[in-house]
Amino acid sequence: MKHTRAFQKIYTRLSEITKATCTLTAHNVGYEEMAIVDGRPAQVVKINGSKITLQIFPGTEGIATNSEVIFLGKPPVLKVSEDLTGRFFNAYGEPIDNGPEIEGEEVAIGGPSLNPVRRKQPSELIATGIAGIDLNNTIVTGQKIPFFADPNQPYNEVMAEVALRADANKIILGGMGLSNDDYLFFKNKFTHAGALDKIISFINRTDNPPVERLLVPDMACTAAEYFAYHKHEKVLVLLTDMTLYADALAIVSNKMDQIPSKDSMPGSLYSDLAKIYEKAAQFPDGGSITIIAVTTLNEGDITHAIPDNTGYITEGQLFLRRDTDIGKVIIDPFRSLSRLKQIVQGKKTREDHPQVMNAGVRLYADAMNARTKRENGFDLSEYDERCLKYALDYSRKLLAIDVNIGTDEMLDTAWGLFRKYFKAHEVGIKESLIKKYWSGDLQKEEELDFIESEADFE
Amino acid sequence: MTRGKITAIISNLITIEVDGPVGQNEICYILHDEVRLMSEVIKVRGKSAYAQVFESTRGIRVGDKVEFTGEMLEITLGPGLLSKNYDGLQNNLDDLENIFLQRGIYAPAIDPEKIYEFTPMANKGDLVRGGDWLGVVKENWIEHKIMVPFKVHDLVKLVWIAEKGEYKVKDIIAKVENEDKEVIGISMMQKWPVKVPVTNYKNKPRPFKLLQTGVRAMDTLNPMTEGGTGFIPGPFGAGKTVLQHAISKNADADLIVLTACGERANEVVEIFTEFPELVDLRTGRKLQERTTIVCNTSNMPVAAREASVYVGMTIAEYYRSMGLKVLLLADSTSRWAQALREMSNRMEELPGPDAFPMDLSAIIANFYSRAGYVELFNGKTGSVTFIGTVSPAGGNLKEPVTESTQKVARCFYALAQKRADAKRYPAIEPLDSYSKYLEYEEFSKFADENIEKRWVDTVSKAKDILRKGIETYEQINILGDDAVPIEYHVRLWKSELIDAIILQQDAFDEIDQNTPVERQQYMLKKVLEICDMDFEFEDFEEVSTFFKQLINHFKQMNYTGFHSEEFKKYEEEIGNIIQQTAV
Ligand SMILES: Nc1ncnc2c1ncn2[C@@H]1O[C@H](COP(=O)(O)OP(=O)(O)OP(=O)(O)O)[C@@H](O)[C@H]1O
Ligand SMILES: [Mg+2]
Repeated sequence: MKHTRAFQKIYTRLSEITKATCTLTAHNVGYEEMAIVDGRPAQVVKINGSKITLQIFPGTEGIATNSEVIFLGKPPVLKVSEDLTGRFFNAYGEPIDNGPEIEGEEVAIGGPSLNPVRRKQPSELIATGIAGIDLNNTIVTGQKIPFFADPNQPYNEVMAEVALRADANKIILGGMGLSNDDYLFFKNKFTHAGALDKIISFINRTDNPPVERLLVPDMACTAAEYFAYHKHEKVLVLLTDMTLYADALAIVSNKMDQIPSKDSMPGSLYSDLAKIYEKAAQFPDGGSITIIAVTTLNEGDITHAIPDNTGYITEGQLFLRRDTDIGKVIIDPFRSLSRLKQIVQGKKTREDHPQVMNAGVRLYADAMNARTKRENGFDLSEYDERCLKYALDYSRKLLAIDVNIGTDEMLDTAWGLFRKYFKAHEVGIKESLIKKYWSGDLQKEEELDFIESEADFE
Repeated sequence: MTRGKITAIISNLITIEVDGPVGQNEICYILHDEVRLMSEVIKVRGKSAYAQVFESTRGIRVGDKVEFTGEMLEITLGPGLLSKNYDGLQNNLDDLENIFLQRGIYAPAIDPEKIYEFTPMANKGDLVRGGDWLGVVKENWIEHKIMVPFKVHDLVKLVWIAEKGEYKVKDIIAKVENEDKEVIGISMMQKWPVKVPVTNYKNKPRPFKLLQTGVRAMDTLNPMTEGGTGFIPGPFGAGKTVLQHAISKNADADLIVLTACGERANEVVEIFTEFPELVDLRTGRKLQERTTIVCNTSNMPVAAREASVYVGMTIAEYYRSMGLKVLLLADSTSRWAQALREMSNRMEELPGPDAFPMDLSAIIANFYSRAGYVELFNGKTGSVTFIGTVSPAGGNLKEPVTESTQKVARCFYALAQKRADAKRYPAIEPLDSYSKYLEYEEFSKFADENIEKRWVDTVSKAKDILRKGIETYEQINILGDDAVPIEYHVRLWKSELIDAIILQQDAFDEIDQNTPVERQQYMLKKVLEICDMDFEFEDFEEVSTFFKQLINHFKQMNYTGFHSEEFKKYEEEIGNIIQQTAV
């Protein structure tokens, strides 16, 4: 990196070097200020009198007690302008696509938070075509929601698909510990979709130093704020993989001798993650930042500190699971949740949406109970049998991540399945909706009677 | 005043070398690039003061000057607190111009220039002390008492009081003379250090009056009292916030202080959006008129999180001193505990369990003990009821914040993942949860007189049925539907009936979301009547069909207006269904 300015003071006496940090004596240094140690970017993480401790992002291998240190007099910054569009950057916001340097206003990353009374309530639906999301866990602009997935699941593929289908003005990818293959996947996918002109990427790959990752979400969010707040655009931020981000936090806090809390994570994990996720917002002038992230799990364990803290911060989660019955990855309807879905369901979508969603999931739950019964060697009732058949269809036609249809079609598909496997009174949908949407065999006298006397509950 | 210079910085902890006396919890300001950054002293050692900065410390340097104030974190109390949206340090968020929160920019909590019509209540010559009522002004719709400042500890003589008329908040409306013949002017506003409890009351008897929340699983089964304490632990997504919001909408309190402590901004935005619209059924006024919000969301400075709950409590105590019923809600107290943990770690204190500070239990206990039902010196009563949420790591209740809270809070509303997964909302676990007030004789007596005779016994009966039902469910699961007597199925379904009709409640349905106690009593009696009946069934499937039908009709009742035509229609149908099956 080339950062030297003529008048800068160069320090050459390091008093201490650890795996991630070094310490030296210097004066007039600001907290969180950036520095260059032997050509490597570093940041002030501790000041004690004239002793300054620097976290060296690429690591300290080969750093010597006489290495050159220059302070830059500013926190980490990103130059923002329309020029960012279509470009690929590293964690420091430097181009990695052989393109020109960015011209633009220099903005400190990790800036102040939005005044909560100036936010608007998120209210615009994001259609993804995936029924596991649009039908069961509808997401809206200004929301923050992660995919919870085991490492062997195609979360990056799903996320790229979601991003491309979403009607966003900008897609900002923050890749942390991205394998080279996945990096190329994103690059190709975006190029082929002809979407490169609305995509901005900040990439830390597996072969880059892990501590550098810590800058990626802030870089992505700073770019996002530029487009969402200053340009009133709808911005989608993709962060993958936040588990690797948290791991990097743990490395640093460990090197700084901080007392770890649960699962060796720093005690500030909640605040650290919240600072990033809370950048998601609906701005008053129409712009928005929506964050879709990936949190990889260890064998589906959501009680681990990383997914646990994430769940406490985000507005729901989308849980990816392989359904062995249909041989496809689905969005698990039980463990997934979009907490903002009620803002749009039935309001921005068809009136029957909330009830159809609930009915679909409830019947799927009945099927899972029937399955447990079968596994425990109990006899199945005729209803149980029907539920099991329904579950296969439901999973294939609606839960699978390869579904790509409009929301009305999802609702019609669900009605179709209800009709195929159940009687109207079994689905537990409000009478008025049944009358309107059940169609066909509804005309049968006796069935109508039945519905009326057994008008079902929510 | 004492001054100092910064000597060390790590995250939001700074060390200051001071040139004079400095107090624990004293507020100081860092002078940095023309802004003043508020900080609080949290430890003193020799000439070094350690302070937590309520703002980002980015760019701060060793050598930056610090000014001490000689005061602890104080907030302003007076007319104009209602309906406000504050941050954790009582800055009026609506008055901050910039869309982003600029550090070092503060906005006063109440407008000292605002004019209120003041009516005196005390007379010249009266002996008065802190908390005594001098007069009254109208704030929104409440009778806002102007009091002798809480800081006045001894009896003082009222030597002058303003006549009825319009005055600015900052105007002197009374003068008192103390023992040393010093005359002190009193305006409508006063300051109070948030970490010190307001204790200007005669005594604090045990709470005994039911505080209606409209939530059946609370009011009927685990009642909260005026001046009581309770907490809601639960894993993420279990419904803590939805439950608290429901309580804040429907609780029978004069006013509500909502503290959003380290949680999501969008949830507070929901309140900002809804409360100016929603109507409080009891008064016909907008909910916002009785609500004050203290909001320090998770991305706002961590140190101010801790302050936010104290700010909320102090505002609540202030209104309690006016003889009002105040409900304080905090979501989530775990975030406050985590803020303490972050600081304690940075100061390299010896950590307690899960790296929380050793004195966590004591801090939580002190806080909860500020709630209560009090008798004021003038014989009137007031209360602060406190309900906090707890967010246990991994949903496991064996952790320090839950355990410490359980020791001091009298009501425990445990939200269970299983119930949330099954969409049995509110996910309050019926058996583990409790209200200690059910065991209070005073409460029992209150319920006898205000709900019905032997109400507490009726409630325990319902709980017994639930308990038996859950035991039976386990037996059936092990043995299989066929292998147990039909009796078992009946027992299970009776408890399902109570679960579905009393416990479960739709927080998003206009009618179901709020059930007045009178209606709760009616429904519980109805459901228990059925539980008392004997039925005859051929097989177990008949049992479930019958009860499902019943539950369905009862649910429809819950969704319709109390004693409305429709309500009666379903009630009648229930009667018919039962007649056909009961023996
Ligand atoms: N009483 C209820 N009725 C209907 N749905 C509910 C109810 N309670 C909770 N939910 C559903 O559960 C979701 C999560 O609830 P909530 O936000 O209150 O959880 P929480 O316990 O506060 O979680 P966190 O700890 O992450 O803040 C809601 O968005 C809603 O979809
Ligand atoms: Mg919550």
